[in-house]
Parts: sequence; structure tokens; C-alpha cells
Amino acid sequence: MNRQSFRSPLARAIGLGAAKRGSQHWMAERVMAIALVPLTLWFVASIIAHAGSGYTAFVSWLRTPFAAVGMILLLIALFHHTALGLQVVIEDYVHSGARFAAVIAIQLGCYGLAVVGIIATMRIAFGS
Amino acid sequence: MDIKSIAPATKAPRPRPLSPNIQIYRPQLTSVLSIANRITGIVLSAGAVGLVIWLCAAVAGPGPYAIVQHAIGSWIGRIVMLGLTLAFFLHMCGGIRHLVWDTVHGFELRSIYISGWSVVAASVALTVAAWAAGLYLGGWL
Repeated sequence: MNRQSFRSPLARAIGLGAAKRGSQHWMAERVMAIALVPLTLWFVASIIAHAGSGYTAFVSWLRTPFAAVGMILLLIALFHHTALGLQVVIEDYVHSGARFAAVIAIQLGCYGLAVVGIIATMRIAFGS
Repeated sequence: MDIKSIAPATKAPRPRPLSPNIQIYRPQLTSVLSIANRITGIVLSAGAVGLVIWLCAAVAGPGPYAIVQHAIGSWIGRIVMLGLTLAFFLHMCGGIRHLVWDTVHGFELRSIYISGWSVVAASVALTVAAWAAGLYLGGWL
């Protein structure tokens, strides 16, 4: 700060940045982490169960309602958790003006990929 | 005389030393697992992109799906998948350890080392078990 401010340090900090919504970010990352434990274990187990089987077997598996719902929930939790986690990594290591652009790019990339994955799953699930 | 050079309010703050100075620290299980959780998280982000590519290949049809399956089945693909499996189990077990810490439990030095080595052992065991099961069910074993 170049000029002497007459406002107290507390008055300048209130309402800024992490003092506002940090706990929500922290909690959302953990809620998604808890959701990801069963979802990712189910996914890995399903992949193992389908080892060596071909395209038809995989598509017919993803067409079952349970697998389609599970895959969509996995994509939501996975990319939400990824966006929150990568944002913290950027905030810790990027200190230049690129930080804001990097955080926005991570958010758009993660939620864009989640939508692409969900649409792909739905196209397989509802495909003829 | 330049007034700025003597006015304390305009003086730029001297860069403070950052702690911990990791270049002089001997690696410990605690610090190695801490950074490993972050690195595996970044690696798994790439795996998440791979999951979407895989789903898109399945939508595109048997041809594109076979190309992706062929890439996964190659030697490089298998090494990458093995690395991703280990990264996944390390991140999951390390994440569960963090969730326990979030409930303000297990912070005694002894507990921290017990949980740390448990994370390492469980991750390796789960990776070996997953690959053994996959190779067996796939008919390669």
C-alpha cells in the first residue's frame, strides 16, 4: 500500500477473499471426497470386472440404470473435487497476475469436461 | 532530495524468509506423504481427463473405442494405468487420513506415523490386488 491508510487493518480485511467463503470451499471439497470413496471404488471394481471384455460388453454395462447413474454421479463429484483441489494448488504456487486467469481456466475446464462426460454417458445410456 | 527515500510509509516491505526451508530438511514420512497427496491429486486430474476421452470414444463407436483400448493395452499404456492405480489408492487412503484429521483425531506423533505407514501399505496392497484381479479376470494370468 503506497499511501498511509486511516482505516484499521480489520476494516480493510473484512469482506475480502477467504474471509468470506473459504469455509464453503473447504467443506465442499470434503463432501465430494466422501462421495468419491464409494463412487471411485465402484468404478475401479467395475473396470476390473470388465477386464478383457469388448465394446459390446462395456456399452451394455453402461446402459444399465445403476451404472449410468453411478457414472454421472462419479463425474459430478470427481470434477467438482478436482476443480476445488486444483484451485488451491494454483493459489499456493502462482503469485503472478496469471493466478486469476489460471483459476478461471481450471473451473471452466473442469465443469466443461464434467458436462462432456455426462452427455457422453447419457448418449450411451439412451442410445439405440 | 527525493522525499520517497526517507518516508517510511512508502518503503517496500523487505521479502521475509519463507518457512519451512525445504531444501535443508531431511525428507520425513509426514512431509513426503503431504506432497504426495497433492502430486497424486494433480496426476489424477489428468486421469479424469482420460476418463472423459474414454467415454467419448465409446460414444463415437467400436472403432474409436478400440483405438483407446489399444493405447491402454500397450506397454506404455499399462505402465501409465499402473501409475494411475497407485496414485488413486494413495490419494484415496491419504484423503481418508485427512478426513480423520478433520475430526481432530490422530494428531499424536505416534498416530501420525502409524496412519502414514498404513496409507503406504494399504495403497501398495490395493494396487497389487486390483491388478492381480484385473489380470486374472482378463485371462492374462
